[in-house]
Amino acid sequence: MSKFFEIKNLKVSIGDKNIISDLNLTLDKGTISTIMGKNGIGKSTLAYAIMGHPLYQTEGEVFLEGTEILSLPVHKRAQTGIFLGFQHPIEVPGVTVVKFLQQAYKALKGNIDYTKFQKSLSEWMEFLNIDKSFLYRYLNEGFSGGEKKKLETLQLLLFNPKLAILDEPDSGLDVDALKIVGQGIKKARENGTTVLLITHYQKLLDFLEVDKVFVLNDGKIAIEGDKSLAETIEKHGYDFVLAKA
Amino acid sequence: MSKDEKKPNVKSISEEYKYGFKTKEKYKFKSDKGLTEEIVRAISEFKKEPEWMLEFRLKAYRAFKKMPMPWWGNTELLNTVDFENIHYYIKPEKDHKKSWDDVPEEIKETFDKLGIPEVERKFLAGVTAQYESEVVYHSIKKEFEKLGIVFLDMDSALKEYPDLVKKYFGTVIPIHDNKFAALNSAVWSGGSFIYVPKGVKVETPLQAYFRINAQNMGQFERTLIIADEGSDVHYIEGCSAPVYSSDSLHAAVVEVIALKGARIRYSTIQNWSNNVYNLVTKRAVAYENATVEWVDGNIGAKFTMKYPAIFLKGENAHAEVLSVALAGDDQHQDSGAKVFHLAPNTTSRIVSKSISTGTGRASYRGWIKVNKGMKNCKSDVRCDALIFGKSRSDTYPRMEVYEPTTKLTHEATVSKIQEDQLFYLMSRGLSEDEASTMIINGFFEPFTKELPMEYAVEFNRLVSMEMEGSIG
Repeated sequence: MSKFFEIKNLKVSIGDKNIISDLNLTLDKGTISTIMGKNGIGKSTLAYAIMGHPLYQTEGEVFLEGTEILSLPVHKRAQTGIFLGFQHPIEVPGVTVVKFLQQAYKALKGNIDYTKFQKSLSEWMEFLNIDKSFLYRYLNEGFSGGEKKKLETLQLLLFNPKLAILDEPDSGLDVDALKIVGQGIKKARENGTTVLLITHYQKLLDFLEVDKVFVLNDGKIAIEGDKSLAETIEKHGYDFVLAKA
Repeated sequence: MSKDEKKPNVKSISEEYKYGFKTKEKYKFKSDKGLTEEIVRAISEFKKEPEWMLEFRLKAYRAFKKMPMPWWGNTELLNTVDFENIHYYIKPEKDHKKSWDDVPEEIKETFDKLGIPEVERKFLAGVTAQYESEVVYHSIKKEFEKLGIVFLDMDSALKEYPDLVKKYFGTVIPIHDNKFAALNSAVWSGGSFIYVPKGVKVETPLQAYFRINAQNMGQFERTLIIADEGSDVHYIEGCSAPVYSSDSLHAAVVEVIALKGARIRYSTIQNWSNNVYNLVTKRAVAYENATVEWVDGNIGAKFTMKYPAIFLKGENAHAEVLSVALAGDDQHQDSGAKVFHLAPNTTSRIVSKSISTGTGRASYRGWIKVNKGMKNCKSDVRCDALIFGKSRSDTYPRMEVYEPTTKLTHEATVSKIQEDQLFYLMSRGLSEDEASTMIINGFFEPFTKELPMEYAVEFNRLVSMEMEGSIG
């Protein structure tokens, strides 16, 4: 049986600059894993490259439930079931949140049952403590950091993807917002989404009870372990664990 | 990243069939090509006009003959207008219709194909529509009559309300204003006339549709709107035209008068086929405490020159111009706005948005003038241009401020669709075309949100039709 999600010999570069040289990684269905690593080591690059940002050239293979996705255009990757939670969600002036959510929902599901969509949207907005007026604002325009992250989390729950790669969903959040986003991610997993998390903070990892921890260094996965690895990193730093690897 | 399927250029196909239908032409009277004094006299006689209108036309005809072409704008295109190769008057066979039932089937069909029926059904009772150079059906809502609102085609208005027409006709845009205004004044036919009595606020927008059908036929409609003191009215015109092979001239004149405390909004969606020269003079005067708003969308036409103007003549009058333009292959949209602050404490706001693609060109041409002594005037101008490929965008703002207490701001941006915006939307399952269309509709949102729902939907649909295949 093929693995749920598998990255094989992935190489990512921008122009002449090689960022990821030979990365291999597998995820089991229904798990929460995290990719850790020093600043600038290429964690976000990995996330963007898997989603297909045109800035990056890739080599190797990435499979989601047996489908190779690197050969697909960005929107097909999304339709296959991959979701990228942005660290810095992009502003799109003049496009209301509700219109965006509707169109994306339709594109991802193939069709839209408006009654079902409305019901699901209201439920998740309530769950994330988002006010109705939010729907009629323009997409991410003038949003606070917390509002942007809440909208990413709302999409995560609404679209219910197979795999969610979340790029620092906790950065720039106050305690209350962090709690809400954390609960959102937990809920997504309960609903069947496999999560690959990029974060610097132990707090979120504790809350989510991660299954696997990957440490990215020098263009590949240097160490793989369980949540105790994250605790060691928190205590002693990256150089300590990398030296031991 | 490659597109999953190569789309044919929808626009080039649509040029063949989008509005590429022509209903059979039936005419009662069709003038020879070219313009002579005899034709001007014949038009007036045929319409059984009063003597003063004939004089007005003749004066205008002489002015037209003498006046030079505009020496600015796209003179290369302007000079290709062949005044000798145009029919200046065509009267359809069918006479006036009062109700929708009486409108000939083939005309209904035409409106149908333009996607109008939704609006028609709703607002039918209050609609004036123009077919060829004259109105073929016309019906007025009973409530309008009760309120004393006059909503007629201009020809009927001249017959039924001669004094009212005479009092205001040609007072905002004089014969000598420019060559095309002079031409229109000489040969005008059709258009709308609206008078809203004192204090009457019209809840339902008044709407009219225009289209041209005959080959080589000019369209010279003439619209005059008078909002009496304290009244409020919204007029909407939507234009669309079938495709035909040789160039066609559309030279309309629109005069708008907002008396003390009145508010007029005039909305247009212009979608002439891509061979039409759309050279329109639109001007309004706003008296004390009055507001005039031009909401002007230009999608079609080969060449547009249109700068809705507002003369602020009374204290605290306010001007608002919101214009958008989409210039595709071989199109030049030269549009903008003019506001003259001729009284103290007057304010204006101009928002202009344009998109150019392919070999298209979008120009903003603006003129703000504040006379000396007109204290505490305020004007905000904002122009945003979105460009694709090798298309071109220019801005020609002109600011004449002779009064030091004026507050004036002008902001202009030119940008391309950001890769990050596309990526974000595509990561949510939208194809590149869908994502681009969403960004573009968002760009035009300040305009579309001012339109009634049906128009906003129609506008977005037109834009996505035009944009398909021109992105990527």
